[in-house]
Amino acid sequence: MYLQKLQLLNFKNYEEIALDFASKVNVLVGRNGSGKTNLLDAIYYLSFTKSAFATSDLHCVRKGESFLMVKAAFKKNNTVFEVSSAIQSGQKKVFREGGNEYQKLSDHIGRFPVIMIAPDDVDIIKEGSEARRRFFDSAISQLDKEYLNHLIVYNNALKQRNSLLKMFADSGRPDWLAIESYDRLLVQHGEAIYTRRKRFCDEYLPVFRKYFNFLVNEAETSTLAYESGVLTNGFQEQLVRNRQRDLVMQRTNFGVHRDDYIFSLGEGDLKRLGSQGQQKSFVIALKLAQFEILEQHNQFKPILLLDDIFDKLDDQRITKLLELIRSDLGQLFITDARPGRTKDLLDAVGVEATVLFVDAGRISVGH
Amino acid sequence: MEYPSKLIEDAVNQIAKLPGIGKKTALRLVLHLIKDKSENTYALTDALVKLRGNIKFCSSCHNISDHDVCSICLSQRRDRSVICVVEDSKDVMAIENTAQFVGLYHVLGGVISPMNGIGPSELKIDSLVTRISAAQNEVKEIILALSPTMEGDTTAFYINRRIKDFTVKVSVIARGVPVGGDLEYADEITLGRSIAGRTLFQ
Ligand SMILES: Nc1ncnc2c1ncn2[C@@H]1O[C@H](COP(=O)(O)OP(=O)(O)O)[C@@H](O)[C@H]1O
Ligand SMILES: [Mg+2]
Ligand SMILES: [Zn+2]
Repeated sequence: MYLQKLQLLNFKNYEEIALDFASKVNVLVGRNGSGKTNLLDAIYYLSFTKSAFATSDLHCVRKGESFLMVKAAFKKNNTVFEVSSAIQSGQKKVFREGGNEYQKLSDHIGRFPVIMIAPDDVDIIKEGSEARRRFFDSAISQLDKEYLNHLIVYNNALKQRNSLLKMFADSGRPDWLAIESYDRLLVQHGEAIYTRRKRFCDEYLPVFRKYFNFLVNEAETSTLAYESGVLTNGFQEQLVRNRQRDLVMQRTNFGVHRDDYIFSLGEGDLKRLGSQGQQKSFVIALKLAQFEILEQHNQFKPILLLDDIFDKLDDQRITKLLELIRSDLGQLFITDARPGRTKDLLDAVGVEATVLFVDAGRISVGH
Repeated sequence: MEYPSKLIEDAVNQIAKLPGIGKKTALRLVLHLIKDKSENTYALTDALVKLRGNIKFCSSCHNISDHDVCSICLSQRRDRSVICVVEDSKDVMAIENTAQFVGLYHVLGGVISPMNGIGPSELKIDSLVTRISAAQNEVKEIILALSPTMEGDTTAFYINRRIKDFTVKVSVIARGVPVGGDLEYADEITLGRSIAGRTLFQ
């Protein structure tokens, strides 16, 4: 699968552009702040129905404007799919494929999969468990629509339950039956989420290890372990047992929303003991494994967005990554603030690339 | 937007507070009103003032009513053994339009959604329980006609549990109703069928 065409109107710092892309390697070169990451984000948006960075849809709208439009032509198995979206202040976001508006945005997720590798990915290791859940949830959602639906209902039920706890903490008169009405949903969907996460990790671990070992050239065993209190303790029982505590804390203390994934190297915990280089390799391996699993599942390659990747890696890892690119990672978008560098690196390994020069929201094609 | 008059601005702001009406539409309506015969505007404001001052809700089913007890609850021709539980008065109107249902109603005033500040006690659920209890076995069936959303389902679950000790059958309308759609939008035939084809609540 690849992105053939992209049109942006008032997306972030782009006023109006229309672009054609190479089906393989596209390099975006331009000074810091010129709009390289914004372009990757537009592609991300068309895949995930939302920005990878902006907290609100309206933040994607060019300053001083009231609406934006994005439009793309994806080519998959020789068929072209036209995807478009519009955001206007005060109106519901519109998302279309082939002219038909989606009833639910979640129906679009996974149809045109994209994976982004960005400098702040190490947050997956360094931040709290939420960052790891977000990564795995996004990875699983792209390959399993049912999982995404379970997640949506679970999160909705959780929010409702927490609001209810607040309400009852304020009034001092808890209605346990009302709480139970949500427990039932948490258990039903939480167990499905647990099972899917576990299955995913079983499938994912060997693929991840393959890439990690490839990148670091060392025999230290890397591990990621899915950790959940859910099945060992009995979800329903724990919800009931924790009720008083939940009421005091005004939130639900038990459930798959507290799950974590523990990363380790050899005997040590990666977050505390891993070197910078090991941590970077770890997150890149996480993403490359996600890529391979998605490819196996879909029988086509996702689009890969590499944001400022050559800034952050040492020569050895760059060499490894170039080796993978040469062996074909499908359609790639690579950003680089340094003119020439990426192109030279690719030339050196015989990979053809189209260079696009980005300058303050304008893009021109170079060679 | 700059308005040529404070009077217009105030009117636009008030009308734009109504659901589904933006400032542009509000301005169009306001300009229409000042062009139209003044009697029409006074008739409109008069109707609104009377509406707010005199509108009542039935003390039994909580449907909109001109009297303390609504005409449906008072009617001798309605089947008192069946109560159809709905979210709003507009659902009552939609179901009445099908002319397929001859029982009584109970208007909850919404569905449980704590995020929006609506817990069970904000709805007419206690009142439903009291009503069934006071009717002393006269009520044989409760039909839950709530929207097919998580909130609707949760409310149905909650009500079912609250009334489980009464000997009433609890059923839910069949989901011929479009997904996520309000009862209001379901066409009369589909809605009529979904009431006829109701199933036992699980
Ligand atoms: N909604 C917006 N409207 C206008 N400009 C924006 C908007 N969002 C971000 N920008 C601008 O985009 C620029 C950053 O672009 P970015 O793609 O991150 O640059 P880089 O080429 O360094 O990756 C900043 O100058 C920022 O002001
Ligand atoms: Mg950038
Ligand atoms: Zn009544």
